[in-house]
Amino acid sequence: MIEIKNIHKSFSKNEVLKGVDLVIPEGNAIAVLGPNGSGKTTLIKSILGMVLPNQGEIFLNTRNIKKGWEYRKQIDYLPQIANFPNNLKVFELIKMIKDIRGGDIANENKYIDLFSLHPFLNKKLGNLSGGTKQKVNLVLAFMFDSPIIILDEPTSGLDPVSLLVLKDIILEQKVKGKTLLISSHIMSFVEAVCDKVMFIWEGKIYFNGTIADLKNETNEDDFEHAIAHLLKNAHA
Amino acid sequence: MLKILKYSFYDLIRSRWSYVYFAFYLLLGFVLLFLNNDVSKAVITLMNVIIILVPLMGTMFGIMYFYNSKEFTELLLAQPLKRTSIFIGQYLGVATSLSLSLILGLGIPFLVYGIFKSEAILDFSLLLVTGGFLTFIFTAISFYIGLSNENRIKGFGYAILFWLFMAVIYDGLFLISLILFEEYPLDTFSLIASMANPIDLSRILILLKLDISALMGYTGAVFQKFFGTSWGLIVSLGVLFLWVLIPVLLIRRKALKKDF
Repeated sequence: MIEIKNIHKSFSKNEVLKGVDLVIPEGNAIAVLGPNGSGKTTLIKSILGMVLPNQGEIFLNTRNIKKGWEYRKQIDYLPQIANFPNNLKVFELIKMIKDIRGGDIANENKYIDLFSLHPFLNKKLGNLSGGTKQKVNLVLAFMFDSPIIILDEPTSGLDPVSLLVLKDIILEQKVKGKTLLISSHIMSFVEAVCDKVMFIWEGKIYFNGTIADLKNETNEDDFEHAIAHLLKNAHA
Repeated sequence: MLKILKYSFYDLIRSRWSYVYFAFYLLLGFVLLFLNNDVSKAVITLMNVIIILVPLMGTMFGIMYFYNSKEFTELLLAQPLKRTSIFIGQYLGVATSLSLSLILGLGIPFLVYGIFKSEAILDFSLLLVTGGFLTFIFTAISFYIGLSNENRIKGFGYAILFWLFMAVIYDGLFLISLILFEEYPLDTFSLIASMANPIDLSRILILLKLDISALMGYTGAVFQKFFGTSWGLIVSLGVLFLWVLIPVLLIRRKALKKDF
């Protein structure tokens, strides 16, 4: 369970998060939605300890994450932009991350098969296309089988086949009872894999509930229209 | 931390620039020794090169590696690793591989020449030790500058400026102040002023070991009295060590506070 209490964060004068309170219970798949620059990535990075909030606390299974690092063993993270050391080969990168995580068991082969990455294992990361890099990124995120999975825009750059593969992987993780936090702009994807949605607007949580709740509240049958409705209301 | 050190070290060992750096010292060592045929003279010439070049290389490699490994660093930050061990590990990786290039590059020609049979072995070791210290000092400072500046151009600028200040401008200011205040006793002042700059400190340390302080007049005698003794040597090495320690502590402090 992840518990976020009154998180504030500003980058110099730009106030990104203005008091976010959130509880993510175990075994839930939650989508983090919101317009560009609304603070989704900042919120995710705060949970990972990469961004240090100005105010507020974050608890992971009732333990404060401040100044901790071992808690990250329970988290698999997919960064938004797949930036890797360019002079490393794909298999070297995978080996290195495995080595750095130490004793964790990894089943990278399963995901290399799923994303058909075998032909690329011996290529340097700098020579890969954006979509292939994203697949490598996904392999790194899923191979450790940790109880919490955080995905920051997992669909970016993926072709339709890989998108289907990704959906299946996420659904499989849900069956295993894992906690998922996914930020995305593809509404059909969110609707297919998430139970709950959380809408961030101007640094605060504007809506938090199930997709059905959202449809009821906005009187829209279609999820995309419901979100658009929410956005319009937010702007008004 | 050791794992990060290992990967940074291997990463650099595989890069072309480490070899260029290593080959440069190798060539320099051979040329100086076999053309000069005098170890002491070779050590003095080497000192003049090392005192300027080693800090420059430490600064450039440090800042370049820091900015180039930004992606790698971000990847590591999401892993169960301590923040400080990521940055200190990378720093030690860079500084160790640079020092290794220096020590092997100069060590091999001197070994071939037969340094162990020569009386200059101590001077030569001191040269390598100060070269190592200078590498660690300037790499640490450039890492700190990198951590403090998101903007690469600014970071590069500050790092080069710092090197220029320490290697060139500092001496100028020092000389001007000596001329301006020549009416006053300046021994203590010049001792402290040369302690405050690792480049000057290294230069004096080596020069005095080479017994050419007689050329430097009265101040030389004062310096000889201080640096020439083993107490002076210990204090100087201690100061050089502080010059490593303080930037490393600054890196640690900055790394703990930064957002990524």
